[in-house]
Amino acid sequence: MYFDSLSAVWHMDGHGFYVWLSYALTFLPVAIMLWLPIRRQRQHWQWIVAEQRRANSRPADAQSE
Amino acid sequence: MSADIPLLSLREAFSRQFRRHFKALMGSPADMANPLLFFFMVVTLFPLGLGPDPERLSAMAPGLLWVVALLSSLMVSSKLFGSDYEDGSLEQLAIAPYPLSILVMGEVAAHWLATGFLLAAVSPLFGIMLGLPAAGLGVLFYSLVLGTICLTLIGAIGSALTVSIRRGGLLMSLLIIPLNVPVLIFGTTAVSEAVIGGNPQTWLTLLGGLAMGSLALVPLAISAALRVSLDN
Amino acid sequence: MWTFIHKMGSPPWFFRFSGVVVQWLLPITIGLLLVGAAWGLLVAPPDFRQGNSYRIIYIHVPAAVVALAGYYVMAFAGAVSLIWRIKMADVTMRAAAPVGAVLTAVALITGAIWGKPTWGTWWVWDARITSMLILLFLYLGVVALFEAYENKTAAARACAVLSLVGTVNIPIIYKSVDWWYSLHQPASIKFTGESAIDSSMLYPLLLMIAAFYCLFALTVLLNMRAELVWNHREANWLQQLVRKV
Repeated sequence: MYFDSLSAVWHMDGHGFYVWLSYALTFLPVAIMLWLPIRRQRQHWQWIVAEQRRANSRPADAQSE
Repeated sequence: MSADIPLLSLREAFSRQFRRHFKALMGSPADMANPLLFFFMVVTLFPLGLGPDPERLSAMAPGLLWVVALLSSLMVSSKLFGSDYEDGSLEQLAIAPYPLSILVMGEVAAHWLATGFLLAAVSPLFGIMLGLPAAGLGVLFYSLVLGTICLTLIGAIGSALTVSIRRGGLLMSLLIIPLNVPVLIFGTTAVSEAVIGGNPQTWLTLLGGLAMGSLALVPLAISAALRVSLDN
Repeated sequence: MWTFIHKMGSPPWFFRFSGVVVQWLLPITIGLLLVGAAWGLLVAPPDFRQGNSYRIIYIHVPAAVVALAGYYVMAFAGAVSLIWRIKMADVTMRAAAPVGAVLTAVALITGAIWGKPTWGTWWVWDARITSMLILLFLYLGVVALFEAYENKTAAARACAVLSLVGTVNIPIIYKSVDWWYSLHQPASIKFTGESAIDSSMLYPLLLMIAAFYCLFALTVLLNMRAELVWNHREANWLQQLVRKV
């Protein structure tokens, strides 16, 4: 551990703003980049589940169509 | 290959493509004049935007001239394969018993002669207007002759990739501009070196190398891109 | 080896395989990122010239390195899809382009923020920054071209051609920008040259580079899986898989 206190970590001898801003602007897009495909896959998955349920609940309709 | 129809030699097929396209270009002088007029007008805009100070203009002239040349080449390349795609002759070319890459090179060569080379030929005139020192005029011409070969070939890839897309012109600029960066750097540096009495040969050689390299590789990319566009 | 590659081209097998990989890679990536960031931010000593602002290096350099490597991955996938017409390669290429674009943008933004305390200005037309900017345009070109095509199979092949052309061009672009910069180097701004980096600073950097490679692989895989589920929503194997869960 290089820093003595939490405020020193935050301040970083006057460079804190730049350092923390760049880390925030990196980790935010990274988090979004990971979350978006996971969400997309879950949505597709749920769509398929719903589709299957629809097909199962109305087999007669499906036949007649 | 069936012997029913005598096949043209590859060279003959190439030169027919070249002549067909060249005649079409000659038939519409307005299309040929447009990029030159564009060049002329943008050159007029620079003194208006930057002020008429001759020293400042002549210091910036190599870069300005090259950037404008790049833009006007971009403008004309976007329509390179457009008419061939619309009237279906591109499909005919694609199923012809010749390598598509050679056939389209006939078109590209005609296109270069009518636009790129012409642009290079008149560029010293615009150089004089922007106060480019006399030492740079010759190099400006040579660098643009070599440079427009690259610009036309790369532009042809862009045109081939976007020909099947409606309003593909803007997209083409996005695809092409980053690829043109080395050409621009070598070209402007050659001219600037000539102006300060340096060594433009190095940069002209590099440009020549780029031109030769593109001549060897780009036709393959163009034909691949055209086949993709025909599938779209 | 060949059977492995062959299997990779089969969607059901790939879906199962990537599921296992993702399960491990997700915690590993997040762990590496957090450990690396904490190490770089809190433990590593400050640079004796730049002070604490140099800590941005632990995200800036990995993002830049992986962004460049990502373009080659994309172009390689493009070549595979052009030559062997493997559908999975299309999906890989398509997934890699936006990820690479984001990483390039991250490298540019963090570079700009780093520039402010170091050079006193947000943006300098330095050789490396300019090359990164051009790389960003190359990525955006691929993304935009893909979106513009209606037929997505053709779109993937068009992007493959474009990314291969870009691959041939990238070394030339980098070299030419380098020469351009060394000719025009402004006298007022002095850059610190390549200096030997102390191991106490190097280890967290290497860790972060590894973390970003994992991140790239992970996001590409996640995107591929999402794409795969949608493309095969009618397929038997996926229907059965959904029923089982």
